Amino acid sequence: MSGFMLILRRDLHLAFRQGMDSLMVVAFFVIAVVLFPLGVGPEPNILARIGPGVIWVAALLASMLSLERLFQTDYEDGSLELLALQPVALEVTVMAKVTAHWLTTGLPLIVAAPLLAVLMNMPADGFWALMAALVIGTPSLSLIGAIGAALILGSRRGGILLSLLVLPLYIPVLIFGVSAVDAALGGFSAKPQLLILSGLLVAALPLCPWAGAAALRQSME
Amino acid sequence: MTRFTGTDVVCLRAERIVFEGLDFALDPAGALMLRGANGSGKSSLLRLMAGLGRPLSGTIAWDDADIADDPEAHNRHFHYVGHADPVKPVLTVAENLAFWAALRARDDSAGAAETAGEALERLGIGHLASVPGRFLSAGQKRRVNLARVLTAPADLWLLDEPQAALDSQASRRLETAIADHRRDGGMVVVASHAEAGLKDAVTLDLGDFQAKLLESTGMAEESAP
Repeated sequence: MSGFMLILRRDLHLAFRQGMDSLMVVAFFVIAVVLFPLGVGPEPNILARIGPGVIWVAALLASMLSLERLFQTDYEDGSLELLALQPVALEVTVMAKVTAHWLTTGLPLIVAAPLLAVLMNMPADGFWALMAALVIGTPSLSLIGAIGAALILGSRRGGILLSLLVLPLYIPVLIFGVSAVDAALGGFSAKPQLLILSGLLVAALPLCPWAGAAALRQSME
Repeated sequence: MTRFTGTDVVCLRAERIVFEGLDFALDPAGALMLRGANGSGKSSLLRLMAGLGRPLSGTIAWDDADIADDPEAHNRHFHYVGHADPVKPVLTVAENLAFWAALRARDDSAGAAETAGEALERLGIGHLASVPGRFLSAGQKRRVNLARVLTAPADLWLLDEPQAALDSQASRRLETAIADHRRDGGMVVVASHAEAGLKDAVTLDLGDFQAKLLESTGMAEESAP
């Protein structure tokens, strides 16, 4: 088995044994979205108008919440150092851990999103665009977040620092993710936005593991 | 033939020279014992040998090839046991070991890799194989970490205070394991304050390589990053 698959399998194994982590991310996502009808008021048109944006912002925050743990536990117990000393490129290790992160947090968010879309009174025209945008967009979130998660290792206020580092980089994904849904709701094709999201993902795929590995090396020196 | 050498190695940590002008050479079946006061750079030297960080100047070479040229290839040559024992609390001892062994064993058919079970037996914790990591004591975790070294063959063992938290029986088992490793032509570098029971080991006292300027100032505590 390749090093990538071994590390991916281990991380998934750890995530399932610990269980609660990905469940809590989804719970946060649901609660954050549910707060909006309570705060804004149950006016269906307003909810439908802000629905895509609210779902996307909540997804960004939920994905970011779990990122802090991406390397932290391995860093603290010495596993990360040891992973760096295996005959597997550190970039591959980062990629495997990001993949595991997306499978355990990004994927459950995508599954929960249609339910929340119903709650926000979003017209059915926008559902497939929302799902497609999340499927293409959330892997980029995990990838970009990995750089931040690697940079904050060893710092005390890691969580807050992480959000300051990562949230600005999430903006392009947010803009095109929301506008894909808005386009579909307005009766236009969402294809251009989805293509731009795909472009962001294709750029992030090689760049983020490389930058993340560089940050990890820095943290271990 | 000398396999593993360091030439005029200078180590910089937190903007201070920890040691300078350090040379070492290690032959097959050789042992190097690192001595020195707290903060003299024993751990730092081991980390440089493992390629975690680069020396400020000087070279560390394997078969005369600088290890910085191909860090991944160098990673195949050694096992590193640091201060921390990476034992995942939710995985059993056997699962913990199997992961690290599999990462090494993938395409490395040379040398008979010991199974996790045998490695645990050799360190006297065979009965713990199915126990989750969170129930282990510090000494047991250390033994699991050392068993990891036995599950996959590597020419060089870099051991940082291996006896920390070990009882006398476990220390003897470790000595036996190191002796067996050396009999098969393996090399070992041990940083320790205790007697490691290494036969004809070369002792390297890091106190001899302290930077001249720093002798009067307080040295930084040697530490993990």
